[in-house]
Amino acid sequence: MDWGALHTVIGGVNKHSTSIGKVWITVIFIFRVMILVVAAQEVWGDEQEDFVCNTLQPGCKNVCYDHFFPVSHIRLWALQLIFVSTPALLVAMHVAYYRHETARKFKRGEKRNEFKDLEDIKRQKVRIEGSLWWTYTSSIFFRIIFEAAFMYVFYFLYNGYHLPWVLKCGIEPCPNLVDCFISRPTEKTVFTVFMISASVICMLLNVAELCYLLLKLCFRRSKRMQAQRNHALKESKQNEINELISDSGQNAITSFPS
Amino acid sequence: MNWTGLYTLLSGVNRHSTAIGRVWLSVIFIFRIMVLVVAAESVWGDEKSSFICNTLQPGCNSVCYDQFFPISHVRLWSLQLILVSTPALLVAMHVAHQQHMEKKMLRLEGLGDPLHLEEVKRHKVHISGTLWWTYIISVVFRLLFEAVFMYVFYLLYPGYAMVRLVKCEAYPCPNTVDCFVSRPTEKTVFTVFMLAASGICIILNVAEVVYLIIRACARRAQRRSNPPSRKGSGFGHRLSPEYKQNEINKLLSEQDGSLKDILRRSPGSGAGLAEKGDRCSAC
Repeated sequence: MDWGALHTVIGGVNKHSTSIGKVWITVIFIFRVMILVVAAQEVWGDEQEDFVCNTLQPGCKNVCYDHFFPVSHIRLWALQLIFVSTPALLVAMHVAYYRHETARKFKRGEKRNEFKDLEDIKRQKVRIEGSLWWTYTSSIFFRIIFEAAFMYVFYFLYNGYHLPWVLKCGIEPCPNLVDCFISRPTEKTVFTVFMISASVICMLLNVAELCYLLLKLCFRRSKRMQAQRNHALKESKQNEINELISDSGQNAITSFPS
Repeated sequence: MNWTGLYTLLSGVNRHSTAIGRVWLSVIFIFRIMVLVVAAESVWGDEKSSFICNTLQPGCNSVCYDQFFPISHVRLWSLQLILVSTPALLVAMHVAHQQHMEKKMLRLEGLGDPLHLEEVKRHKVHISGTLWWTYIISVVFRLLFEAVFMYVFYLLYPGYAMVRLVKCEAYPCPNTVDCFVSRPTEKTVFTVFMLAASGICIILNVAEVVYLIIRACARRAQRRSNPPSRKGSGFGHRLSPEYKQNEINKLLSEQDGSLKDILRRSPGSGAGLAEKGDRCSAC
């Protein structure tokens, strides 16, 4: 079970997303997961072996490394990507449930005029409206929350997004204050900034998608109200005509007033 | 055979699970196996090479590491995940057995063509009868394995936290030496994460057991109020006299229906209005 499997699972949700959602999935998998696997893991690969402290005291390096890097960037990004991808599964589960219910109704003979057979139900694109709209919107909302939370955790743990090339460490058992040197600090800073930018772009896409869904809902609601008003107007006109026709029995003008 | 193989195997079971069972499977694969493979294994990757003791004495490192980490967290989690996933295979085997029996029945009835046999494979199996018991037993075993492993973890690594420093006196270390563990904070974070995921899985399993029991009671109450037409699992009910009578009744009513159609369409019978789309040729 690795990133490929997650891609298969999330790729399935792609069919029911909006176009912004599809762009978001692409950005996640190409600019974040792929960069993580192909590049970032190599950069951070020797993070502890090449973390060197200016002392021969055994244990000092371990303790200082642990103090300055409580959770490694790579692991935080992996967790962030997993958490950010999974709300999409809520949508997938809702669609599966909706299809299951439709198939059940079809079997009972209720929706025979809408679908030809069970295969047709599976192939039909589900529209984002009704309760699915709420599920979809909450999944986007959770994505935004998780992205923001992880960005804050990054900022909090590493005091910004820049890695220094030397750290001063005085924790037991290090004697006094020793200099500790991080391996590849510039390359790590570059990748950190890259991943943070990708994260920001994803967040903006999510916000845009949320706005788009809200606008679509308002637009649809106003169209429905318009249609209802037109229908009511038509109905009242029809009623009037009907009344005039039916009145012909009682109050019809039979001759010109003399 | 690796985690992907297990994923393929268990995805098949997914079709016959309850909704809670499917959520449980997703949590297992995404929040536990995937996190293990993608993150935890690299955190524990250098656990022995970076375990440093404050001595030059050869062998002291190895002996102290072995004393404080009899089984690594990563191996315990792998074992836990394998053991917790496999009771689902009991259900898969039972369903396969049922489908095999159904196919045999179809062949005996003379409906052994590929279309009907495919239908057996495709139709959703109801969790009732003996399958219900198999399912419940598998969920109970899952719960048992989860609880046992959480207890083993607690025994081996009290408090679930990873210590930064251990003091070791085992031979051949001279006196008491300080040994430093690599990445203790990161390891604690992941231990707590995996523990939380395990707790969520336990809650889901308990919820599933409760749901299945309530469903069974509801079905039993419904059956008591309506006359039984056994919707039992598998082929057994096809042999019962009620099933056969139902089939005969269905055929009769279908014939009756087509007879009614013919009567409706003939002119001068019943309602005078022609049906939509019908052209009354005799009118």
